[in-house]
Amino acid sequence: MPLSTQLEAGEEQYVLIASLDNARNLSNILKAIQFKDHATFLATSNGIKVTVEDSKCLQANAFIQAEIFQEFSIQEDSVMFRVNLAVLLDCLTIFGGSAVPGVTTALKMCYNGYGYPLTLILEEGGVVTVCKINTQEPEETLDFDFCSTNVINKVILQSDSLREAFSELDMTSEVLQITMSPDKPYFRLSTFGNSGSAHCDYPKDSDMMEVFQCTQTQTNRYKMSLLKPSTKALSLSCKVSIRTDSRGFLSLQYMVRNDDGQICFIEYFCCPDEEVGEQEQ
Amino acid sequence: MRCVVATSNVKVLGKAVHSLSRIGDELYFEPLSSGLALRCVNSSRSAYGCFLFTPLFFQHYDSGAPPGGLEDSSFRCKMGMKSVQTVFKSLSSLDKTVEKCEIDLNPGGNRLVFQLHCKYGITKTHNLSFQESESLQPVFQKDGYANVLRAQPRLLADTVVHFPPSLEEVNVTVSGERVQFRNHLEDEQDASKMMLTEMSLDADEFESFQVREETGITFCLKELRGLLSFAESSGLPLSMYFDQPGRPVVFGLDDPVLEVNFVLATLSDEETTTHRERNRSRPPQADTSHDDFLSDDMDSYMIAMETSAVGGAEAQPCSTGSDQRRAREPVSAACSSGSKQQRGLESESEEEEEEELPGTPPQKRFRSLFFGSVLSPYSQGANQTLRNQEVLAEASDSDPEEQEEETAKK
Repeated sequence: MPLSTQLEAGEEQYVLIASLDNARNLSNILKAIQFKDHATFLATSNGIKVTVEDSKCLQANAFIQAEIFQEFSIQEDSVMFRVNLAVLLDCLTIFGGSAVPGVTTALKMCYNGYGYPLTLILEEGGVVTVCKINTQEPEETLDFDFCSTNVINKVILQSDSLREAFSELDMTSEVLQITMSPDKPYFRLSTFGNSGSAHCDYPKDSDMMEVFQCTQTQTNRYKMSLLKPSTKALSLSCKVSIRTDSRGFLSLQYMVRNDDGQICFIEYFCCPDEEVGEQEQ
Repeated sequence: MRCVVATSNVKVLGKAVHSLSRIGDELYFEPLSSGLALRCVNSSRSAYGCFLFTPLFFQHYDSGAPPGGLEDSSFRCKMGMKSVQTVFKSLSSLDKTVEKCEIDLNPGGNRLVFQLHCKYGITKTHNLSFQESESLQPVFQKDGYANVLRAQPRLLADTVVHFPPSLEEVNVTVSGERVQFRNHLEDEQDASKMMLTEMSLDADEFESFQVREETGITFCLKELRGLLSFAESSGLPLSMYFDQPGRPVVFGLDDPVLEVNFVLATLSDEETTTHRERNRSRPPQADTSHDDFLSDDMDSYMIAMETSAVGGAEAQPCSTGSDQRRAREPVSAACSSGSKQQRGLESESEEEEEEELPGTPPQKRFRSLFFGSVLSPYSQGANQTLRNQEVLAEASDSDPEEQEEETAKK
């Protein structure tokens, strides 16, 4: 096998080695959180977590568990580095972005530790490409301190219906208002744009509603520009969980099924918009 | 005011909005006792479209007009076209997901509420702001036309597809046996550098081919495309009413529950000739297009202006002073205010020129839609006395040639 022979000599040096038969299982999920150029990689024995943040108000995480990889070995407790996500994705899709049936790109990702570049070895149809991407000092990622005990309201919806609602959102509205309540309107997405207000209501007994656990009426507003990138994750996912805690922080969790039917998760955390003006009902 | 539209018709409503969006930026919404009228006019007032949905179209229809009253409608407004389009954004999924669409005026009376009841219990509510407006209604009589063609919309759509999407104007020439579609060239354009497309259709390709006057008209294709796409999806036969150049062409769709009319201005022969002459004698000036309107032969053109705000009474001719102004924007509801004072005409026309500039396409030779006489020639004389248009102030640099013409006709 071409991949293993190349690295045999120095394999013991590598702090992290991860292999995938289909690189798309990684690239697709990373594309869903690519709203900023840089991402922080955190690898543990559980797998890899990739984090992208924006204006200290939004954080997106993609989790690729160790079980997804055909080979996953890590020599330290945790390995963390920062890398240019756009460059990484360009390399992962170096053989072309579109999916050709029956043809997959194999990937071997190697990292030697602090200060070393991230090495990607990609192979498709007998052609091998080696990419070395410079890594950067990892930055502390925000801790939204979102724990399940603080969760006030939670719904799990099938992504199909939410996808349509999101694509029809009035983009002239600066905020997206989310209302969750044990009483009507149960779950409501509202926008306040140039033409007026628009609301999209999901009843608690809807077929699209898998889980409805709302204990208190909460209305929170989030900047539309921050939530817009989450639509990519929504389009990949089959289910989405929407939770708000006592501070009004929003957690969106997307369940994504990859090409091989394995489950990965993408998570978005968002702070509520500070300026709470008059709320149109 | 309340209307409820059932499943399959929601898509028709959405398509109507989208096809009107090809004309202009504002949608005029007027619930009449005869049905819901959605109308639009373009900025240069040379294209108008109207969809009238009769009460049969709706699951429930209440125009809100007091019964037996003089007023045909209790409420009329205009909204931004984009706002209404947002309600019917994903056309393709409308018939699959939407079960019902309700249109109401909210209790506060300041928002028009479009509520879509969708599958799985999902409800989408749009509270749109609107502006109260006067009615938008040109006067045209389809029975007054010499030529009437009727065909399946597929035929016209297939013809139009051969013209580049950027093509603005198309020329349609008809004889007893056939009709020819040709792209229209501006005088300034060099024919040898342009691609010329010409298509001929035989009379037997039409469902009905009635030609009493062999003529050729030129109109703007862009605004028509919106109607063609609607017509194709509805499968209703499309009728075309026209005769001499200068008189607006009417495209209509008829159905028991829906009446569609698109009225487009056509280039008049006279304008084309004078423009060519003028081009030879002096270089075209930026203001030429505006001067044309002012120095138009007012007497032979009726300003067809009516607003239903006037109610059952006949359209009243407004004070002559305001005629000049309405010559520019005949579709506006200037008439209803009645008490339009005659301002210093000089300043008015200047103002109009400025107003007109952004809206009017440069160097366009189109007559404003409502200049064309829409009454048949023989009744023109009788109505002449009603609408005595006096040109009270000539534009200072209007063609002396044209002035002579006017005095001759008066």
